[in-house]
Formats: sequence, structure tokens, C-alpha cells
Amino acid sequence: MPMIRTNFQRVLGLLHRWRPHFLKGCAAFLMFIAVTGALRAQDKNPFAGDAKAAKVGEFQFRANCAFCHGLGARGGGRGPDLTRAQKRHGNSDADIFRTINEGVPGTAMPPNGATQQGVGMTEEEIWQVISYIRSVQVKAPAQPVGNAAHGKELFYGTAGCSMCHMVQGKGGRFGPDLSTTGSARSTDYIVESVRAPSRRLAQGISEAMKEFSQEYETVTVVTADGTKYLGVVLNEDHFTLQMMDTRENLRLFEKDKLRSYEKSRESLMTPYDQKMLSDKELQDIIAYLMEVGAQ
Amino acid sequence: MRSEMMRRKFKSRFLASLGMTVVIRAMLLALTISVSFALSVSAQVTSQRLLESAKEPQNWLMYSGDYAGHRFSALEQINTSNAASLVPRWAYQTMGGGKFETTPLVVDGILYGTGQDDRAFALDARSGRPIWQYQRALPSDIRPCCGRVNRGLAIYGDRVFLGTLDSHVIALDAKTGNVVWDTTAFDYRQGYSITLAPLVIKNLVLIGVSGGEYGIRGFIDAYDAATGERKWRFYTVPGPGEPGHESWEGDSWKIGGAPAWITGSYDPVTNTTFWTTGNPSPSNRGEGRAGDNLYSNSLLALEPDTGKLKWFFQFTKHDEHDYDATQVPVMVDQGDQHLILQANRNGFFYVIDRASGKLISANPYAKVTWSDSKDASGSPVARKDASPTHDGNRVCPGAAGATNWMSPTYDPQTQLFYVTAREQCDVFSTAPQPYEAGHAYYGSAYFPNDDAAPFWGALRAIEPGTGKIKWEWKHPSPTWSGVLSTAGGVVFTGDAEGNFIALEAATGKALWHFQCGASVYSSPMSYAIDGKQYVAVAAGSALFTFALP
Repeated sequence: MPMIRTNFQRVLGLLHRWRPHFLKGCAAFLMFIAVTGALRAQDKNPFAGDAKAAKVGEFQFRANCAFCHGLGARGGGRGPDLTRAQKRHGNSDADIFRTINEGVPGTAMPPNGATQQGVGMTEEEIWQVISYIRSVQVKAPAQPVGNAAHGKELFYGTAGCSMCHMVQGKGGRFGPDLSTTGSARSTDYIVESVRAPSRRLAQGISEAMKEFSQEYETVTVVTADGTKYLGVVLNEDHFTLQMMDTRENLRLFEKDKLRSYEKSRESLMTPYDQKMLSDKELQDIIAYLMEVGAQ
Repeated sequence: MRSEMMRRKFKSRFLASLGMTVVIRAMLLALTISVSFALSVSAQVTSQRLLESAKEPQNWLMYSGDYAGHRFSALEQINTSNAASLVPRWAYQTMGGGKFETTPLVVDGILYGTGQDDRAFALDARSGRPIWQYQRALPSDIRPCCGRVNRGLAIYGDRVFLGTLDSHVIALDAKTGNVVWDTTAFDYRQGYSITLAPLVIKNLVLIGVSGGEYGIRGFIDAYDAATGERKWRFYTVPGPGEPGHESWEGDSWKIGGAPAWITGSYDPVTNTTFWTTGNPSPSNRGEGRAGDNLYSNSLLALEPDTGKLKWFFQFTKHDEHDYDATQVPVMVDQGDQHLILQANRNGFFYVIDRASGKLISANPYAKVTWSDSKDASGSPVARKDASPTHDGNRVCPGAAGATNWMSPTYDPQTQLFYVTAREQCDVFSTAPQPYEAGHAYYGSAYFPNDDAAPFWGALRAIEPGTGKIKWEWKHPSPTWSGVLSTAGGVVFTGDAEGNFIALEAATGKALWHFQCGASVYSSPMSYAIDGKQYVAVAAGSALFTFALP
């Protein structure tokens, strides 16, 4: 539940202070109806361009947001790169305010104050964070240096990405769906994921109340009858395993019934070196993912 | 005519018999009333009953089950050979959001628990059906850290006691849930809140406050159970002229933190109550508060009638990693040694002499990098280069600690101490903030360092004498469940994946588990009705109970 002082309460508080001056108060009340309307519809950051507010916002950002979005708002395995001018859930101050305050349903982005670990932010503090984000945001929308059309050809063709990854409903299921990756992850992160997929494993399912998401770990099991399965962990607990094998079959096991069970943080994705995929080709694929991600 | 006569006759006979029935009924009713009156009188929870809680293992009379903080149940119906057949008996849904941290009390067949957003409830402990439900009307501008949680009630007489998120202490009638008294402990707008289960000693209700994230000045209070009047307050940060005040730089003591947000223990033999305290504020920035910062991250021995300090032991001096000492102090006697055991958030397992507060031993029970040396007394000392830095400094344990508020247990049969350990390191970076009343005041940010191996957790069985780990049960990820030990040789715990698990106390062998559907953020307990043993645990938004079929 967002723990934000509402405009309504703020106005009530002000009215309370003004009660002795009834007539003046009436006029003020009418005035405040107007102001409240303005406040409620506020789509501009009251601290816009305020460097001091941005500095305070940086501390708030570090305390509340860096856990997923990284110290410099450059994103990471958990949260998107916020230094991009293009924000997936809206670019305006009002959009960003809403995203922070209400969270993004269906994603790991929680409503303000509902992370269960830390403290929520006041309205003022959210605006300060927005000031900070604006201060680190690159001025022009990141122009993809690659050729998106060629990137698409590569993705579904010779680069083989679509064997395991889906974009907008088309492609494989074995790896993470990449439909929103272009807008949600920094270019650096995507490059690293392609060149060195094991360095930071992609995140899978996030369960409500569970602190850490499942990662795309590699698993090899041998069943009691000697059948061997290689695949990725979709989820697990101490007693059970839910995996997808390399043929995209869901395989569900009780661990104590298996002959063997071995996990590895070595990704099943091939590290793409320059020979397999040149820098230029990789930029083309990133351009394609960014184009799709912006849709 | 005849039929009319017969009807009248019948009617008069009927009325006569009815009259007799009424008389008999009235007599029965009177008998019932006197019996139930006698029952209700005997059902009142007296100081004597609290002192002798071991005599009634079917009940769970306080947060940790007893004054010693053992979280041990003497019930033995569920044992190592039958635990595999445990089945769920009932579940109670609070429908609240967020973490559900309660340890319920059970007194004579009635279960008393708390839920998110300061709910409280009394249930028929046999069926789970509610008798009364209460929810506090909380102000909309409370901003408690770390979830709108509550860990439980205390009971005394015919009242239960609740500490609230808006920093009140209230007494509810145990039979109706009506508010009997309501006392403000402090102004919640300055960041004070209460999340712990109170501890009743004699006629006093002892509580402490949360708010180490807001630059509060911590305290432990005692309220008269009859009236709600505050009898004493012990400030955990000494004021001018008091011993320990010199451990703070300038005015930093005013916002020094040191909240006391986990329930204490009580030694009736020496009439001493033991409480633990949390981090100095700001939690992760030492600049501006040079000194040891007493009595943050400490164990306090207090005289319960007056709140007078007998002695203290500080686990982490001048803390910069949020190493709250808020773990239930566990009292154990070994031969003529009277001890306090604590597996501290900073990763060390401490054994302390209960009479003097002197350290006996401190051994790591989880990965530790913040300290690599000890002082002359054997107390771990922080490394110079462990402080948070602008670009981040990786330190173990992380900010959530090697353990946290979830209760450990001491099993007098195995003589082992069981604790939930978290193997998670964090990157601590600076984020200096100016103090503003009621606003977050951490001084730093921390986040998991996940470039290395993934985080995990374990239930560890520690031999108090040596600090050695006898066995461990691995959790796939760090968990927030406490531990219960029972005379049946079974320990119970939960995990972040939603399992509630029974293990053999002697070996750590798995006996049984149940998938609750959401992470366990609570410490389990046990009770009995009609000779049937139940085990209860809160997970997700539900309180589950289990018993043999």
C-alpha cells in the first residue's frame, strides 16, 4: 500500500490552520479547490531542474531504487536502465511518478512502500528521485547504431536467436522472452548477455514475498530409470524441481526420487564471440530489440 | 366439545411439563453459569501461570513460549517416528497484504494472534473459527519500515496486549476484543512504531519500539496492565549526564536510534529482564556519530520493576552495517553456568554470563568479513576497511544479517541451539541524507552482491559449549522463518519457497514438509487440545495448523 500523503489530506491540514479566518478561509477554500485540481493533475515536477533536489534524490534513489536499478540508474539484471530517455512505462514526469508510486503490475516493480524491506517515499521524495533520474538521463533518445531490419533477419536467421528466444510470440521458449528487453535493459547488459551469458544469469519467475527471483540456471537430472534430461531451472524448492528440457518439455520432479541432480551456473546459451557474431551484427540485433521494445 | 376438553387437558399437561422443563432448565443454566464462571476465573492468566508456563505445555502463554526464550514445546505426541503423517487441520486467512509475522498464543483452547495492519483475532484453536476480530484504524500517514507487520500479543489476566504501528500500546478484552485501554507510547509522525509482541512481567507490560531507519531515540517501556499508565521508560540512548552519553558525538544521541523491536526474556531467580537493541542511526553511516554509540546493538539487563540498568553488553560497536542485535536473548543453564546465548545478526554466536554480562565466547556461525580480529575480551572488532564507500563495498553478512528477528530455539533434550542462518553478502554504498523527523534516515544504500555465488540459507544446529555446527539443513534461498523445537525430538521451520518443514532434532534429517503457497515470515509454535498436539505457523496471509490424523 503506498504510504503517500494525499493532496486531500494536505488541503484538509491547510484548511484546519485557516479556520479562525472564516471569510478569508472561504475565499481561500475556493482558491484551494482550484489549486487542488492543479495539484491532482500535476504532471510537472516541482523540483524540475533543481540540482540540489536531484542530489537529495540521488540518496533516495540509492536507498530505494538502486537495489534493482543499480547505483547510477544504469540498470542491471533486475531493473531497467533509467538513464534512457525512452521509458517503457511513460516518459513524462507524471508517468514516472505513477510508475514509482503505483508500481508496474505483472513486473517486479512494486508500488512505493510495498517492497516489505524498506521505507516508502513521500510525494516530495518521489519528485526528488525523478529530478535525479532526469539529471542522469541522456539528453537525446538513444539512437540505435545498428540496422533493425538486418537485426531482425539475423535474429530469426543465421544468428539463431529465435531457436531459444521469443519476440512478440514468435520464436523458442527455452530462453527468456525478449519482446521488452530492448526497452528494459541497457545496451551494455544485452551485449554482456550475448558475449558472456554466464556472467549474470537472466532472471526467471519472481514469487510474491520471495526476496530473490529464480535464475536461468542449468540443470542435469538422471531419473530413477536412468533417463537423462538437460535443461533450465524454471523453479525449485528444497524438495521439488520444475524444469524445461532442451526440447521445450516441462519436466517436474521430486528431487529425492531422482538418481542424480546437478545444477550449474554455466548458461546453456553459447557465448557469441566475434566470429559467430560481429559487433556490427550484434548492434543490428540490439537495434531490432530496441525497435520492438519501444512498441 | 370433547375434543375441546381434551385439547385443554393436553394443554395444561403440556404447560405443566413445560413448567418443569423450565425449572430444570433454569437449574441447569444456573449450574452451567456457576461452572463456566469458575472456569473463566481459573482461565485467567496469572503471573504465577506465566512463571510456571512449563507446567502447562498444552498452552503457549507468551511470544517465545516461556520466559527463557527457548521456543521449546514439551509436547511429545508428534515425534520422529510419526511426524511423516502430519496433516493440515485448519487455516485462518487474515486477508491482509504483506508479511504475516505472528506467533500466536494459545490459552485453554483459544488462540490469540495478530496480523498485518494491526489486526488481532481470537480463534477456536480446535477449528480455527474466529471468536472476535479486531483491526486498528491506523492513520494514513504512518510509514513503518519493512512492512506493516506485527509479531504477536502478550496475555495477562483477561486481557491481551498489542503494540501498534502508530506507536500505541493497547489492551483488548480477551473474550470480546474490545479496547480496554489505549496509551500513546510516542508520536508516530517522528518515525516511531511498534511491531513486537509485548512481554508481561508481574503486572507490567513491557514493550520496545521500532524506528531505527528514522533517527528515533529508542526506548523500552513498562505499562501497568490494569490502567495502561506508563510506569517507567528506559532510553536505549543515554541523555546528558548519564553513563554512556560520552559514546556519542555532539548531538547525535538525540537521533541515535537503538530501537528495541524484539521481545525480551526474563529471569525470575534474579528478577532481571533481558532486552536487545538495534542499530545506531543512521544505520549505515558512522560519520557524525563517532564513538561506540551505546546502547545500540546491545544486550541490556534491566530491573523489571523500575527499568534500572544492571549491565549491558554491546555486540557491534559503532555499527555501519545495520547489525541489529534484535534476536531473542535465550537463557540457558549449564551446570552452575547461567548463560545467555545469541546468534547475532553480525554472524557471531555469543555466549554471555547472565549474572555479569561478561563475554564467554564468540564464534562465527555464518560467513563473516566485517571483522577479522577480536579485542582482549574476545569480542569481534570491525575491520577498518569494512565501511560503506561511495562506489560500494562488499561485506558479509549483508544488511539483513546472518540472521534477523526470526526466533531461534534451544532444545533442552539435545542441548542444541537452532538458528536460521542467511548466507548473503551486500554491497554497502554511501547515501548521506540530512535528518528530517519522520523521514527515512539510513545514510547508505545496500543491495545484494549477486555477481558471485547465489545466496542461500540454512537451519544450523549449534553446540553452545563450542560454537560448533553439529548439522545444517540447507535452504535454496535465504529465509525469514524462525524455529520451534519439541519434546518429540522434532524441530519445525519454514522457508522462502513456502515449505513448512519437520526435521529430526538430533540429526537434521527431513521427516515431513507441507507447501504453504507463500514464504514463511514467522516463528512457529505448538499447543494441544483434548490431548491432540497441534503445530501452528503463519505463511502468506494464512495461519496454518497441523496435527496427526
